[in-house]
Amino acid sequence: MERLEEKLKILADAAKYDVSCSSSGSKRKNTGGIGDASYSGICHTYTEDGRCVSLLKILLTNHCIYDCAFCVSRRSNDIQRAAFTVEEVVQLTMNFYRRNYIEGLFLSSGIFKNADYTMERLLRIAKKLRTEERYNGYIHLKTIPGASEELIQQAGLYVDRMSINLELPTDAGLKLVAPEKDHDSVRKPLAFVNDKLKQYKNEKKSLKHIPSFVPAGQSTQMVIGATPENDYEIMQVADDFYTNYNLKRVYYSGYIPIANTDSLLPQIGTKPPLVRENRLYQTDWLMRFYGFKIHEILNPEFQNLDLEIDPKLSWALRHPHLFPIDINTADYWTIIRIPGVGRQSAMKIIQARKFGKLREYQLKKMGIAYNRARHFMICADSLITLGDIKMDNVRRHILQGTLHNQSSVTQLSLF
Amino acid sequence: MIYSYDGSYQGLLTAVFTAFEYKEYNVKLALDSELQGALFDQIKHISSDSTKSNRVYQGLYKILPQNKAMDFWRAFLSEDPEIRQTIFELIIKSFKNDISILQNYGDERVLRFHQALRKVNRERHRMKAFVRFQKDNNGMYVSIVEPDFNVLPLIISFFKNRYADQPWLIYDNKRQYGILYDLHTVTEVTITKEQSKALQHPGQHIEVDATDSLYTKLWQSYFKSTNIEARKNLKLHLQHVPKRYWKYLPEKLDKD
Ligand code: SF4
Repeated sequence: MERLEEKLKILADAAKYDVSCSSSGSKRKNTGGIGDASYSGICHTYTEDGRCVSLLKILLTNHCIYDCAFCVSRRSNDIQRAAFTVEEVVQLTMNFYRRNYIEGLFLSSGIFKNADYTMERLLRIAKKLRTEERYNGYIHLKTIPGASEELIQQAGLYVDRMSINLELPTDAGLKLVAPEKDHDSVRKPLAFVNDKLKQYKNEKKSLKHIPSFVPAGQSTQMVIGATPENDYEIMQVADDFYTNYNLKRVYYSGYIPIANTDSLLPQIGTKPPLVRENRLYQTDWLMRFYGFKIHEILNPEFQNLDLEIDPKLSWALRHPHLFPIDINTADYWTIIRIPGVGRQSAMKIIQARKFGKLREYQLKKMGIAYNRARHFMICADSLITLGDIKMDNVRRHILQGTLHNQSSVTQLSLF
Repeated sequence: MIYSYDGSYQGLLTAVFTAFEYKEYNVKLALDSELQGALFDQIKHISSDSTKSNRVYQGLYKILPQNKAMDFWRAFLSEDPEIRQTIFELIIKSFKNDISILQNYGDERVLRFHQALRKVNRERHRMKAFVRFQKDNNGMYVSIVEPDFNVLPLIISFFKNRYADQPWLIYDNKRQYGILYDLHTVTEVTITKEQSKALQHPGQHIEVDATDSLYTKLWQSYFKSTNIEARKNLKLHLQHVPKRYWKYLPEKLDKD
């Protein structure tokens, strides 16, 4: 049993660089066994670095035949190696799940022997959980690049989410540090699963007993700051993948230097670019939920996000002629563009103004970041300033304010 | 006018019924226990009445979607006296003129109501996350919690659906009652002081399953291994897992 703890340490440690821990997006029900999926996901605890712990995130093994310079598990790295048995992963998952430690399993693996051999084992674990343990909790499985379509399709019938990482944002970047790899081997399985997903969904409309196929969709991850891509390039890739493969999420993972001999990569001691990572997530969020097009936020003239301020504020400061916005008349999509106003607050404003024109004192209590928003909106009793707003002053004002009441910029604050 | 009642939700709904019965809409609620011995003619004593409260309850379901009607009860579980007054007034208002009052976010009472609701919902969500079961040697999965608000009633269906094939007990140590699932139904249980003491020190007083400490240990190791030292951010960690919850979270009890 001590050996099991040892393995768990090694294989959890090796898996932690995959930042996704989401357990959302699936509606799997408990059908006479144990477990179900919570549609919005649950974080059962948080690590000391403040990240959500929702799934048991482990590698089946950290043995790998590849040698990607950015990865701890690469074959040339001198580290302890371990491998779980199928049964061990099943037992760990079930026992953690039954104690309400986790929402489910996120299983990935180094590639040992070959892609199919690895994929087949991942599949076996998912199948065993579903059929023998009658487990209906969440399963996120990594698609192994190069695995056969039969295996991938079979796995899709047991899991909630599948993912496959781009690793580096561009093919050129990837070639620099992992010459054996390319983005095509990621695009192909993503496209395959996406097509199957649509097919199953269509069939489900007409036939009742079609099983669900990857109900929580697919995701991917890019490592940020290991190679020289700028933010515009990164977000273009993300946009492409959201549009063409219907991804549920793209994750951005600030590169954490590990022991390596590759002089192209940042060396140990270099701090991970956490602020930049946060700005990328905010941009991603604006594109997915706030109706922003990528070119509004990033474009050839503006290729890197402002690290000091969030991308919505940055966009607003660059477009003074669009402000101030009258919150008593503007529509929802316009109101959510006001810095400091989120989606929920925007809904509240729309509903509350049916009862009468809204004044400043009411807005202050609606849960918006008033000190930020006030520069960009007018209420029924706001004093009107003539001419464009002096955005330089606004920026200074807001920065002074945030320095006082917010010392941690690394947290994922989404407007 | 002051209505004194027993502080239960049934009592509050009975008070609403009475308010309509006597057309008394300008009412302050007070608890029986607060007013003991006080002699004002302005006080009307309301005794909880299931027929009356049921009529109000049914009435709410008629004018509001089920989920919205439940919100009054959810906010009530915040155990905040001021909120009870607000709920009372908002229910009366909903019946009297417009049910859309709950969307008037410009009204202070409505905001307060939604804040209470948010607090309760957050706590409910936390309990779904922070309940940690230990398996005793009878195969029962036992958990102790001390939620900020009285949210056990709100997590019953979640745990019943999810852990359908294992018996479990979730015990609220602050409010001294628990919910017990026996593979068929969930019932509310109270236990003696000794039993509750035994619960707090599993392994000492109640026998835990032989493999239980192994999985606790494995979970603690997992928690440590999945952390990334270079990203350490304790402030954020504390914001998500406030200290007051630690004593029942095995991953936060690991000393070494
Ligand atoms: S194939 Fe995957 S596990 Fe293997 S070295 Fe590359 S990134 Fe690491």
